[in-house]
Amino acid sequence: MTPADTPAPHKPARAGRGRGARWRAVGVQLACLAVTAFMFAPVYLVALAALSTPESLNRFPLSLLPTDVSVETMASFLTMGGVLPAFVNSLIVGVGTLVLSVLIGLPAGYALARYVFAGRDAYQLFMLLTRALPIVVLSVPLAQLFLTTGLYDTTYAVILLHTALALPTTVLITSAVFVGVPRDQEEAAQIFGATPVQAFVRVVLPQALPGIAAAGLFTFVTSWNEVLGAAILTLDRRTLPAQVLSTLGASPLTYRFAGGFALIVPALVFVALMRKYLLSMWGTTLR
Amino acid sequence: MADIIVSDLVKTHPGGRRPATDHISLHIPDGEFLVLVGPSGCGKTTLLRMVAGLETPDAGTIHIRGRDVTHLSARQRNVSMVFQSYAIFPHMRVRANIGFGLMLHKVPKDEINRRVARAAELLNLTDVLDRHPAQLSGGQRQRVAVARAIAVDADVLLMDEPLSNLDALLRLQFRSELKKIVNQLGTTTIYVTHDQAEAMSLGDRVAVLRDGRIAQIGPPIEVYDRPADQFVGGFLGSPPMNFLPATVESGAGQARVLVGTQRLAAPGQLTGFAGRPVSVGIRAENINVSDTARDGALAAQVEVVEPTGSAVLLTVQLDGIQLKVQTPPSFATQPGKPVWLTIDPKHMRFYDPDTALALEVAA
Repeated sequence: MTPADTPAPHKPARAGRGRGARWRAVGVQLACLAVTAFMFAPVYLVALAALSTPESLNRFPLSLLPTDVSVETMASFLTMGGVLPAFVNSLIVGVGTLVLSVLIGLPAGYALARYVFAGRDAYQLFMLLTRALPIVVLSVPLAQLFLTTGLYDTTYAVILLHTALALPTTVLITSAVFVGVPRDQEEAAQIFGATPVQAFVRVVLPQALPGIAAAGLFTFVTSWNEVLGAAILTLDRRTLPAQVLSTLGASPLTYRFAGGFALIVPALVFVALMRKYLLSMWGTTLR
Repeated sequence: MADIIVSDLVKTHPGGRRPATDHISLHIPDGEFLVLVGPSGCGKTTLLRMVAGLETPDAGTIHIRGRDVTHLSARQRNVSMVFQSYAIFPHMRVRANIGFGLMLHKVPKDEINRRVARAAELLNLTDVLDRHPAQLSGGQRQRVAVARAIAVDADVLLMDEPLSNLDALLRLQFRSELKKIVNQLGTTTIYVTHDQAEAMSLGDRVAVLRDGRIAQIGPPIEVYDRPADQFVGGFLGSPPMNFLPATVESGAGQARVLVGTQRLAAPGQLTGFAGRPVSVGIRAENINVSDTARDGALAAQVEVVEPTGSAVLLTVQLDGIQLKVQTPPSFATQPGKPVWLTIDPKHMRFYDPDTALALEVAA
C-alpha cells in the first residue's frame, strides 16, 4: 500500500463534531484489536502447546501463559520417522518452485510491464484463471499424467504443480515491480552504449531486486504451505504439510501441535522480513 | 564533421490518427545548436527520439556524420542524451552515473576518473560525486544528467526539455550555464523545448514545429522578427505578436491600411494588395504609445495595465480589437484612459487572413 492508499490518520477532533469522530476512531482501533486477536490467538495457542512439556497439555485448567517451557515436544516431533525427510522434501520443493517460477515468471512480468502486445489483457485474465480452479481439480488429471510419464511421487511433480500455482502471482508481482522502474532509465542506458540485456542487468535488475526477492519468498511460502496437491501427487516423497496431514489422524496431540508450529514459523518469518516489500508490491498491483 | 541530415521523416504512433512527424527534412551542420520548439503534440520529441534511435521512423532516413543510422540501434549511433525526467540511475552513485557510458565503452579506469572529474567540475558536482541521486536536490540531479551526457565523446548531443522540471529561478540560471558548456564543447546539439524563451535564448537556429511539420526554421531573431505565418508569430515571444484585421487602401502611391475605422500608414510595397483584407502582425514592443493625440496615430482605450518592472504591458482596445502594447515603465496611465498608438511601417508584417501565411512584402 502506498501512503496515498492508506486511510488518512484521524486528526485531532475539530470543534463541533469532535465527539463523534473520536468515538469512531476508538471504534476503529477496537475493531483492529479484535481482528488481530482473532488471527493471533490460534498462532499463540499452537506455539504455546508446541513449546510446553507434553504433560502440561493434559493439565486442567490449561495454562494460558508459558509456565512450562520445554523443547521436548518439538524435539520428539522432529526425530519422528518421516518428519525430517519430509522437511527436506519441502525445502527442495520450495526452492525448486522458487527458482522455476522466477525463471519463467520474470520474463513474462517484464513483457507485461514494457510491451503492449495483442492479447495482453486476455493473457493477464487467463493467468488468474489458474487460481480459479480448485487444486483438487488440477491435481487429479496431473496425477494421471505424472503416473503415465513416471513423474508421480517425485519432488519434480510437486515442483511443477506449485510452479503452475505460483506463476500468476509471480508474473503479476514482477510486472508491477518492473513498471516501477522508469523506462527512461533503460533507454538512457542504451543511449550510452548498453545492449538491451546490459541495460536490464545493470539498470533494471538492481532496482527490481527487492521486489523480485519478495515475490520469490512469497512463492516459497505458498509452496511450503500447500498441502492438498502435494498429498495427491506423492506417496513416499511427502512434503512436510502432506506428511503431517497423512499422519494426523493417528498421531498424538503433541505431534499435531509441533507439526502446526513447524509449518507456521517459516510463514511468520517471511511476513516479518518482507512486510515493507509486500505492502509496496500490493500497492502497485492494485493501483 | 558530425552533421545530421534528416530527410522526409514520417512517423505515426500506433493508434495515432495523424502522423507525429509528417515528412520532416532538416540539415543540421556540424557544431550547430538547433532548438526544436512547438506546442505539446507537435512532434518535436518524436523527432528527437528518432534521431536518438529510441523510435523507428515509418519512412525517411537519418544520416549522422554521413552514415545512414536510420535502422541502427541507439547504442550504435554514438549519440548522447539528457532526458526530461533526467533518467539518472538511482542505485548508482553520482560518480558511476557520470561514468556509465565510459564504463560501457571499456575506457581505461584512470581515463574514466579523469573525464568524470572534468565533467563534474564543469557542472559543480565535485563535492557530491560519492552521493546517491536520492541525496541530491532537483537542480543537482539535472546537473548529473548533463554531466553524464557530456562525459562521453558523442557525435551528437540530444536534450529533451532538460530544464522543464526546474523551478523558474534555477531554470534561468542553468540556461545560461548550459549555453556556455555546449558552446565550449562545440558538439552538434538538438534541444527540444516548449518554452519559447528557452528557444530564443539558446539556439543558433530555431525550428518551430506544428502538427508534425516545420512551420519555420532560422536564426532566433529572424524567426522572431519575421514569422513565416501567424502561428509562429503567436507562439514565439511574450506577449505573442498582435494580429489586426485590416483592409489595404492605396492612393497617390501611398499604401495605407484600414484598421476598424482608422487608417494607418503602411509600407509602399503593399499597394499591390489594394482592396484586399490582410492581417497586420505587430510586436507589442514595436508599438509606440503616447497619452496625447497625434496626427496619424490610432486612438485606443486602455483596458488593463500590467507593470512587469522593466516595462509596462498594456492591453488596449482599438475599435473592438484587443492589442498588447509594451511601454517603458515610466509611462503612467490608467484603465479607461485614451492612448494614441503609432507604428513604424518597417515593423509591420502582413499575413493572408485565410491561409495565415506571410505575404511577400519586402519591407
